[in-house]
Amino acid sequence: MTDATSNSGSVMDRKPDLSAKRVSRRYAAEARFQAYGLGAIFIAVAVLVWLLGTIVFQGLPAFTQYKATVDVTFDADEVDPENLAAANYQALARRALYDRFPNVTARRDKRELSSVLSGGADITLKEFVEADPSVIGTTRKVQVSVSDSMDTFLKGQMTDIEERRPDTELVPSAIEGEVSLLASGNVFADILAGVKVELEAQAEDVLSSARRERRGIGILENDLEALQARANEAVGEEREGLLARVADLESDINARIRKLSGLDERAAFLYNTARSSGGSLDLTEAMPSVLIEVNGGVVKAKKVANDQIEGTAFIPLQSSAAAASGDWTVVTYVTPERGRQVKDQTATWLRELQKDGAIESTFADVLFTKGDSRAPEQAGLWGAVVGSFLTLIITLMLSFPIGVLAAIYLEEFAPQNRITDLIEVNINNLAAVPSIVFGLLGLAMFLNFFVLPRSAPLVGGMVLALMTLPTIIIATRAALKAVPPSIREAALGIGASKVQVITHHVLPLAMPGILTGTIIGMAQALGETAPLLMIGMVAFIVDVPTGFTDPATVLPVQIYIWADSPERAFVAKTSAAIMVLLTFLIMMNALAVLLRRRFERRW
Amino acid sequence: MSVAENIAETPASEPAATNMPVKMETRDVNVFYGEKQALFDVSLDVRKNQVTSLIGPSGCGKSTYLRCLNRMNDVVDIARVTGSIKLDEDDIYDPKVDVVEIRARIGMVFQKPNPFPKSIYDNIAYGPRIHGIASTKNEMDEIVEVSLKRAGLWEEVKDRLAEPGTGLSGGQQQRLCIARAIAVSPEVILMDEPCSALDPIATARIEELIDEIKDKYSIVIVTHSMQQAARVSQRTAFFHLGILVEEGDTEQIFTNPRDERTQDYITGRFG
Repeated sequence: MTDATSNSGSVMDRKPDLSAKRVSRRYAAEARFQAYGLGAIFIAVAVLVWLLGTIVFQGLPAFTQYKATVDVTFDADEVDPENLAAANYQALARRALYDRFPNVTARRDKRELSSVLSGGADITLKEFVEADPSVIGTTRKVQVSVSDSMDTFLKGQMTDIEERRPDTELVPSAIEGEVSLLASGNVFADILAGVKVELEAQAEDVLSSARRERRGIGILENDLEALQARANEAVGEEREGLLARVADLESDINARIRKLSGLDERAAFLYNTARSSGGSLDLTEAMPSVLIEVNGGVVKAKKVANDQIEGTAFIPLQSSAAAASGDWTVVTYVTPERGRQVKDQTATWLRELQKDGAIESTFADVLFTKGDSRAPEQAGLWGAVVGSFLTLIITLMLSFPIGVLAAIYLEEFAPQNRITDLIEVNINNLAAVPSIVFGLLGLAMFLNFFVLPRSAPLVGGMVLALMTLPTIIIATRAALKAVPPSIREAALGIGASKVQVITHHVLPLAMPGILTGTIIGMAQALGETAPLLMIGMVAFIVDVPTGFTDPATVLPVQIYIWADSPERAFVAKTSAAIMVLLTFLIMMNALAVLLRRRFERRW
Repeated sequence: MSVAENIAETPASEPAATNMPVKMETRDVNVFYGEKQALFDVSLDVRKNQVTSLIGPSGCGKSTYLRCLNRMNDVVDIARVTGSIKLDEDDIYDPKVDVVEIRARIGMVFQKPNPFPKSIYDNIAYGPRIHGIASTKNEMDEIVEVSLKRAGLWEEVKDRLAEPGTGLSGGQQQRLCIARAIAVSPEVILMDEPCSALDPIATARIEELIDEIKDKYSIVIVTHSMQQAARVSQRTAFFHLGILVEEGDTEQIFTNPRDERTQDYITGRFG
C-alpha cells in the first residue's frame, strides 16, 4: 500500500523498538515525572512548616504573662467587709507601687508608675479579698498582671537590651537630681561615637532638605521672571494686579532663601560637631537610651563625653562614693525611646522590680478563663470557645437529624424522577455556595423576618447548619450507597420491612461514614467566619456567654477581631488563638479518623 | 408445644415426585424491566417438600422468576410483574397482602453468602426477633440451636456464637444464611445459585443439606450446574430467553427431554 510496506514487509511484522535511546528516554521521562511530584510535595510541606512555624513562634509568648508581686495593704477603712465590691482596689494596687518607689512624687511620674500594672489589677485584688476576707487590715503579697506594653517589653519584643560592666572606676557627683558621672577611662567613647554617627546622618537629612529648598527657589525665580515680563507689557488695572503678585512672590522667595541659609548653617554645624574629636554631646530621643546603674541608683544619660556622662537620676543613688570597676553597669536600650511605648523611666522601674524578684513569668490563664477585652493582658479566648461550642451544638442539633433524614429519604425512598434529580443537583450545588451568602440569608430571614436576637449562638448555629446541611447530606448518601446491596437483600429476604432494613442494618453500617461527614462538616462550621459577620457575631463581647441567646462570638471571629487590634500584644494573642482553633480542628479530624478506623467494616 | 417441635412438625417420608400437593402455583407470569420484557407467560408449580431446580443459560430469566416468588422484585423501581402467583390459596401479589409476611413465609438464600456483620447468634436471631416468634431468651436460644443444627452448622460454631458471622468460611457462611432463613420457619425456601461462590467440598455439604431439609420445606433452587440440578432436585424447569421451555421430573428432563433446546442445553451445545 505504502512505500514502507512494499519495502520492508507488512507493518504487522515489525518488532517493538527497544533501542537504547528510546529506553533511556522513557526512563528519563519517568524520573522527571517523579521529580515533579517530589518537588510539589516538598513545596507543600515547606509552606506548611513555614506557616505553622510562624504561628507557633508568634503565638507562644501569648501563653505566658508577666506578673508583678506587690505588697498590698488592705486597709480596713477602705475595704468594707460588708460591701467588698465598693472598694477602690485599683487605688490599693497603685499605692503598693508608690510605696515601693517612694521618691516618685510628681503627678505625672505617679501616673506613669501606675501604668505598670494592668487595668485589671482591681479584679485580681477583689477576687483575692473575696476568697479570704480575713486579709482586710493586713498587708499581703499579691500577684497582679503587668500591663500589655510592660509584658511586651519584658518579653524582649520592644527593644534589645545590652548590658556592660566597664572595668574602671566611676565617680558620681551627686546622689539625686542632675548627676555627672566621671569615669577614670574613655569608657563612653563608643557611645559618643554612636552619637556622632547619628549626628552625621541628621546632617545628611538636613542637606537633602536644603537641596529640595534650592530647587524650589529656582522654580519660583523662573516664575517671577515670567510674571515680571507680563507686568511690563500690561497696562492699567491688570498691570497693578500683576505687580502686586510680583511683590508677593519676591517676599516669598526671600523667606525661602533665609530658610535655606538656616538649613545650610545647621548642616555645617552638625558636620562640624560630628567630625570634631572628643567633646560632650547631647543624647536625644532618637538615639538608643543609655542608663548607668551605680551605687543602687540609676542615672539616665543626657550628655555624653569620652569619660563622662551627665544625666538625671531616675532612682536616687545611695552614696556618691566612687564605684569600683565592675560594680556599675551601662544598660543600653537599643530601640530609641521615641519608638517605644515603655519609656526609659518606666523601664527602669520594671528593672528594679525585676531585681526585687517581684516580676515573674506565669502561664496566661486569662486566655482560658476570661472573655475578650480591649486590654490585651486581660483579653481571653474563653468567651469565644464557649461561643463556638454553643454555636456548634445548635448546628449539630439542626443539621445532623435534618441532613441524615433528608439523605435517607432521597437515597432509600424517593422515586427517581425530575423533581428528585433537581433536588439532588441543588444540594450538590449548595455545597459550593460561598458561605457569606448563607450569612446574608440568615440576616434576611432569621434576624429581619423572625426577629431573633443578634450576635446569638442560636442564630449563628442556624446559619452554620444551613451551610453544613449539604455536606452532611452528601456524606450520608455516600455512606448509605456504600452499604452493599447484599445486606439489604439478606434482611429483606427474611421478611424485614423497609424501615427495619434501614434502621437495623443500613444505618448502623453507614453510621461511621455519616459521623465522619458530620464531624468534617462541624469542623468546617467551627472555622467559618464570613456568615457570622453578617449576623453580628463580630461584636466586641466581654462576657462569657451562658446561653444560646446571649451575645457571643466564635473562635475564628475572635481571631479576626484580635488581628484587627492595634496593640502589639494582640499579634501574639492572634497567633495563640489560631493555635487553639487549630488544636480543636485537629482534634475533630482525629476523631473522624478514629471513628472511621474503629467502625470500618469489610464485607 | 415448643417452638422446635413446631418447626419439626412436617412429614418425613419421601413420596413420588409428581403427586405431591402444589405449594406455589404461578400462572402466566410476565416480568418487565421498564420497556424490556424479561419473562414471558411462565406457568410453573412448586410442589410441597420437593426441590424444584431452575436451569438455563445466563440471562434466561430464572433468577428473575425466582425473585417474583417472594416479591424481591418489588425493590427494583422499574420492575413490573403480571400474572398470578399463589402461595397455597393466597395470591401473593394481592394489594391487601403484606409483603413482609410473604417474605417470612418464603425464605431466600442468595448467590453470595451475605451474613449480617453481627454475631452468629444475632444473625439467626434477627428474623425471629423482628417477627416476634420467640418471647423469652430461652426460646430464642432454642430457635438458634435448632436452626443451626438443621443447617448442619451447630457442631462447628456452638462454642463461638458471639463471634461475627463474617468470620466464618464461605461454605459456613452460606450454611449460616440457610440457618437464618430456616429460623423464621418458612414454608418455601428460594435459593439463588447458593453454591456458585463455594468450593466443591462446601458445595457438596450444601447439597447434602438441601437434601436433608427438603422434607420440611419446599425448595426452589436456581443453578448453573446441571449435575447439581440432577443431584438435588426432583423437578426441573428449563428457561431460555425468558421463556419456560420445558418442565418436568428431573430424571425425565435429563434423560429424555421433549424439547430440542433442552436437549441442546443439557448436552452442552449452548449456554
